[in-house]
Amino acid sequence: MMSKNIPISKSLLLLSITLVVIPFFLDNDFYYEIAIVALLNAIIASGLNLLMGYAGQISLAHGAFAGLGGYISAILTGHYGLPPLLSIAIALIFMAIFAFILSKPILKLTGHYLAMATLGVGVIINIILNSEEDLTGGADGMSVDSFTIFGFAPDSSWQWYLIAAILLIALLWLSENLINSPLGRILRSLHDSQRAGSSVGIDIAHYKSIIFVISVVIATLAGSLYAFFSGFISPQEASFGHSIELVVMVVLGGMGRLYGSVIGAFIITILPQFLTSFDEYQTLIYGAIIIFVMVFMPNGVISLFDRFGKEKRYA
Amino acid sequence: MELSLFSIDLARRRGMLEAKNLTKQFGGVKAVDDFSFKVKKGTVHAIIGPNGAGKTTLVNMLTGVYSCDSGSVWLDGADVTNTSTDQLVYRGVCRTFQHLEVCGNMTALENVLLGFDRYMSKNILKVSFRTKQIKDDEERYTKRALHLLGLIGIEKHADTLAKNLSYGILKKLEIIRALATSPELILLDEPVAGLNPKETAEVADLIRKLTADDVTIILIEHDMRMVMDLSEYITVMNFGKKLAEGTPTEIKNNPDVIKAYLGGGSFENV
Repeated sequence: MMSKNIPISKSLLLLSITLVVIPFFLDNDFYYEIAIVALLNAIIASGLNLLMGYAGQISLAHGAFAGLGGYISAILTGHYGLPPLLSIAIALIFMAIFAFILSKPILKLTGHYLAMATLGVGVIINIILNSEEDLTGGADGMSVDSFTIFGFAPDSSWQWYLIAAILLIALLWLSENLINSPLGRILRSLHDSQRAGSSVGIDIAHYKSIIFVISVVIATLAGSLYAFFSGFISPQEASFGHSIELVVMVVLGGMGRLYGSVIGAFIITILPQFLTSFDEYQTLIYGAIIIFVMVFMPNGVISLFDRFGKEKRYA
Repeated sequence: MELSLFSIDLARRRGMLEAKNLTKQFGGVKAVDDFSFKVKKGTVHAIIGPNGAGKTTLVNMLTGVYSCDSGSVWLDGADVTNTSTDQLVYRGVCRTFQHLEVCGNMTALENVLLGFDRYMSKNILKVSFRTKQIKDDEERYTKRALHLLGLIGIEKHADTLAKNLSYGILKKLEIIRALATSPELILLDEPVAGLNPKETAEVADLIRKLTADDVTIILIEHDMRMVMDLSEYITVMNFGKKLAEGTPTEIKNNPDVIKAYLGGGSFENV
């Protein structure tokens, strides 16, 4: 703790400063776009980390959840003319209910079986988005109306950057509180020993559902914002590949380390851009880098920072 | 502030357990076979028997981990057959495990706090914004958790991650975590297995303190000296069936028990 008077952690302060500094290096809209996508991915990955890293329940469908959330927001504004903010709210509520119902059968499974089940859900969502052409535009995707909040329409890149950055910081602050609370303790106990939890009166299934819903709602929010920001959404956003990317962000950054997911998201989003100059060797080098990082930093890239002193065990 | 042994003072009216004709079959093996017994409130009731006698299966049936093929479990006159482990905690029944079930990535203190979590607010909005109530809860129960850890002298390990603690401390920690739920009845499944004599004595002391507080203990243990020392009543299991029951003296001198359990000889040599 830096000081008792500052209600935020050192890590959060450091990240906030970094996010303020980053725009000075963003020379053009393309750089901005990558930074914004990285921020939105960081939001989804942080939510996924709550589920995977802390509560120990894997999901291979978070890309699909984010994509589906984005589609719902886009369809409600595009086809039904609802204001964007209301569309997002409806998407969040719908996805929360969807996740809750889904969690009941699916989170009875553990380990590989849970991975397989979530994989299946993700693929089904992707197929539906591809085939419901009247609503979603099929494989070609659909364009999304521009975003407005109470008459204000963010049209320049820096405004979107600001929205995404503020959301990420807010989310991390809330997550820090969550993790260090009684609820967070229960979630962490799910990872270590579910028998321990139930022996002290914790309804395991209930809390698994709760964290699953939270995690899906966060993905929906970021997915919806992505749709509005890019003005276009395709089933690619909800693809299995995107889901895997998100899992890699969490694992590469550091499982069960809040800020690890942010670092992971930035690396996985930005790395391919750096590697484009390698042409056909791009994927090869990308894979090699990830293998290298995981071999030498099994606890994630965030473990590099541990030598500077961990202030909070779970952040 | 003077803290009682328990976090919450309750007039202990409960803790009487009765099992009627419990049966559990795994494939062709009857792990527990038509087993009945009754535990009196505020006593230490030991269940002993050779390895594989079905003791742990019995505990798992009593605590809702396994469903009972037939028979019933009664707690203070209420049918609690197949009630889940977490629901039983709300009826004042808590258990520990033969094989450690401790959250390794949490500190000793947090493991105990986990036992208090059922009293604390877990409202998602309140915890996300860390309201005053959350902070107050945390402070209050941290104090109580440290007090409980102090009961068995492991409060100095409060801030150590459980995975870095020794087996003996973790065994004690599990009992302390169970105490955090303010149980009326605790099922201890081999609480001193693998502990050295000093640690065993400490656990035995704690059990004595608990019964003085009118908590009922069901003790499953192979350490005969401890069992004979602590229990008021002993039920002996063999091949899932009840072989004998009685006071420690009766059990010690029961020829059937000596034969099944020790293959002859006497308990004095154990």
